[in-house]
Amino acid sequence: MIAAVDETGLVAALRAGDQTAFAQLVDRHTPSMLRVARGYVPSHEIAEEVVQETWIALLKGIDKFEGRSSLRTWLFSVLINIAKARGSRERRDADAAIAAYTAGTVDPARFRGADDRYPGHWRPTDVPAAFPDTPEGAVLGDELVDVARRELDNLPQRQRIVVALRDMLGFESAEVCELLDISTANQRVLLHRGRAAVRQVLEDYLAEVGS
Amino acid sequence: MTEYSMDCNELVELVTAYLDDALDSDTRSRFDTHLLECDGCENYLQQFRETVRTVGRIGDDEIDPAFRKRLLDAFKDFR
Repeated sequence: MIAAVDETGLVAALRAGDQTAFAQLVDRHTPSMLRVARGYVPSHEIAEEVVQETWIALLKGIDKFEGRSSLRTWLFSVLINIAKARGSRERRDADAAIAAYTAGTVDPARFRGADDRYPGHWRPTDVPAAFPDTPEGAVLGDELVDVARRELDNLPQRQRIVVALRDMLGFESAEVCELLDISTANQRVLLHRGRAAVRQVLEDYLAEVGS
Repeated sequence: MTEYSMDCNELVELVTAYLDDALDSDTRSRFDTHLLECDGCENYLQQFRETVRTVGRIGDDEIDPAFRKRLLDAFKDFR
């Protein structure tokens, strides 16, 4: 989590109509806002409208912004509210649906069966191998980031939103639960399933380039 | 249950809770004990950590210049 920074200067600049300050904030947050908004609405165009409405809400609200949360948390909570209102894919029973979903996140065929001496343990041919080190700037590292981005965009809506908020943007678990109004347990299930899906595509990709 | 050792297929479902430090102490100690004796699961945990790190490196895409201009124009109109 990014440490609490003093945003008084930034808030004052926005109130004073400082266009450079606004442009910097737009550049920093808009791509993530689009990604999160897109999790709620059916098209990129609507996601852009949601993001634009959010920025206008910021401009309208900045005089009353009291700094009780960070500007970023406030921005995303406004964004999510607007996106939800615009979204057609929201399901009220989503929490129940998550809880009811119990299938494993790793292919069961990778584990030894009940008749084995070590049931539930990795089959010798399916034991995971450590991922290679990918220092900043390494070509393989950049490829893996691309693979992860594509998978993130393919995840079911709620998994994608939770993984983006937690792992891309670095929000804490409690913040995500509050932003999305979901329980801690369900937040964790969504995060785990999303991460596990990304892990699987990274493993597949590495097996492919390594073979 | 304290004597019950954890199986690999059980451990893989608990990794996120483990990384969030959200396991109860009994489960956590079974998790840690299992890791000590299982290279596959140690690697799985490493893969998971690398996955989280990789997602964290998904940079921000470029904003479409026309959209960016619309946002900045909204600012001008507003002020």
